[in-house]
Order: sequence, then structure tokens, then C-alpha cells
Amino acid sequence: MSERIVELEVLRFNPETDAEPRFQRYSVPCMNEWVVLDALNHVKEAIDPTLSYRWSCHMAVCGSCGMMINGEPKLACKAFLRAYDGVIRVEPLANFPIQRDLVTVIDDFITKLKRVKPYLVPKSDQPVEAGEFRQTPAELKRYKQYTLCINCMLCYAACPEYALVPKFIGPAAISLAHRYNEDSRDGGREERQQEIASGEGVWECSFVGACSEVCPEHVDPAGALQQVKIRSTVDWYQEHLMPWSKK
Amino acid sequence: MAKSNKPIVWGLFAAGGTVTAFITPVLVLLTLLPVVGVMPELLVYDNLHAFAGHWVGKLLLFGVIFLVLWHAAHRLRITLHDFGVRADSAVAVIVYLAAAAGTLAAAYFLLRI
Ligand code: SF4
Ligand code: FES
Repeated sequence: MSERIVELEVLRFNPETDAEPRFQRYSVPCMNEWVVLDALNHVKEAIDPTLSYRWSCHMAVCGSCGMMINGEPKLACKAFLRAYDGVIRVEPLANFPIQRDLVTVIDDFITKLKRVKPYLVPKSDQPVEAGEFRQTPAELKRYKQYTLCINCMLCYAACPEYALVPKFIGPAAISLAHRYNEDSRDGGREERQQEIASGEGVWECSFVGACSEVCPEHVDPAGALQQVKIRSTVDWYQEHLMPWSKK
Repeated sequence: MAKSNKPIVWGLFAAGGTVTAFITPVLVLLTLLPVVGVMPELLVYDNLHAFAGHWVGKLLLFGVIFLVLWHAAHRLRITLHDFGVRADSAVAVIVYLAAAAGTLAAAYFLLRI
């Protein structure tokens, strides 16, 4: 196991006391197989306990360690140090206000997530005795990929539309709405469409595709949004040209 | 929140994009053929003229031109938006009018053949 000194340049900001953010340099002795999160943990334990950042699982599952690493949205626990030369610049996720250092204020995303009802809305109430809701492998496949989202918000940091138009519901929330819309057990599509087929919803997306490039779980939110556009277009024609065909 | 009426313009945009994706490579190839000295019978002026003279040919050409122009107009609108031009309604009117003018011109010339 070899060790090297890694230079980290970390954004520091405390809105209560600082007028504006600044960068702080740390020289961190790191193992070769460490990820950026390990380096930050070493800083916190051995160099500067005042550094604030979020993390929990260290295995790309919890979605809390998203940050900009050399300008790209990444999970700090999945960003291997050996992939970088020279000084590594670490900043909070773009497009979100800073709460402190690398910790961002995520209220906007949480509010949007709630709006799209990212949970099963059963078609009908069934007594337990009626048994389980069965699904074929084909029905599962329709939405399985979109269940992999870990709400890390990297896609929001990458999305130029979200940067331009903050009210845009955004890639992850719309993909999650799509995940439940595509579920054969679900009956909540019409309620979700009210949000995601609106002007602030999927129509704000111009298919840049950056979300799918940065998504650590290969959810392909851009693909989900394109599917939502097609389905919403079919809806529109049905509602306006064939109002009698109410599903 | 009200559902958007964007599907009208987006549906045509998507259809135009699909058509363009299939047609453009073919057109490039067909244009390159005479360049390398191959001149298939199909591309002779009289044959193309006869194709555009039949009502099926007219309909096909009109459909392709309409969708492709609409696609280009909408793409331009989005691109301007991405570049930070915020006058979306004005941009929309201008680009869609341009597409409509091209479409009408296509109809006019096709009907004269
Ligand atoms: S879609 Fe991907 S990038 Fe976006 S929040 Fe989910 S896991 Fe993260
Ligand atoms: S610490 Fe959980 S995703 Fe990185």
C-alpha cells in the first residue's frame, strides 16, 4: 500500500461569519486506494475538525456525499484519488445554496420530490386477504432502472436548465415520478402528471443529457424525461382530440 | 398546476427529428454518389421531376419538408433559450413563422409541378 501527499483545495464558507466563500489548502497524506471522501475524513480527524460536509455510507448508496470535484458533480465516496493529478478542488454541489462549507441547502429538491408523489398510489384499496399485487418480469423491467436513484442530486448540479430556471422540477424528481407512473400497481399517474406535464415540469428540459452523464447509478434521467415527453404528448392528443377516450 | 400545451410543438419537433435522423444520412450518401462519378438512373432530373409530379411524391416531399423545418425552428428556439435569450415568445413567433413560410413555399412550388 503506497502513500502520497494529495493537495486538496476545499471551499470554506460560513454564511454567519464570512462575507464570501474562500478556498483552503490541505496537504493530506493519502493511501493510493483512497477516495476523496477518505481524504476529507482525514482532514476532519487529523488536520481541521471545523470542516463540514455530508456523508454516511461510504459505498455510493446513501447519496449524501455529492460535491463538485474539479468542477464535476461526483460522489466523494466514489471518486478515487488515483484518477486525479495535482491539486484537487472540492466545492459544494453547484446550483444549490451553501449552508456551510461543502454542505448545501437541499430544501428545493425535497419540496419538488414531495410534489411528484414518489410512492405507490394504489389503484384501489384491497384487503390483505386479496393477496399480493403480482407483476410480470416485463412489468418490472419497465421501471426497474428508475428505482436505482439515490437522491444524490448530482443531476441537478449538472443540469444547465435547472441553473437557468430554478423552478424546473428537474431530472431526479421527474424520473422518480416516471418510475411510479410506469408501475403496473400504481394509480397515481394523473395526479403526478399535473406536476410533471406542466410548464415547470418536463417541458423545461431541452435534452442536454448532462444528468445522465453524471448519474452515479446509471438511472439515465435524460432517457426517462424523453419518455415522459412522449407519454405526455400522447396524453395531450387524447385529451384534446379524443376527449371521450378517458382512460 | 395546469398541464402545458407544449406537446403540440414538441410532437412535431420529435417527429421532425426522427425523420431528419433517417433522411439526412441518405441524402448525404445520394449527393456523394454523383461526386464520385456514379449517377444512378434514379437521380436523373426527369425521374426526380416525375416523382415530385405524382401526388404521392408531393405528399411525401411536403411531409418531410414541413417536419424538418418545424424541427429546425424548435431546435433553434431551444438553443437560443440555452444561450440565455429570455424573449422566448418573440423567438417562438419568429422561428415558427419562418418554418411556416418555408412550408407554404414548399406547398406552392409542389402544387405547380
Ligand atoms: S437520477 Fe442519478 S444523479 Fe440524479 S439524484 Fe438520482 S442517482 Fe443522483
Ligand atoms: S457516502 Fe453515501 S453515497 Fe457517498
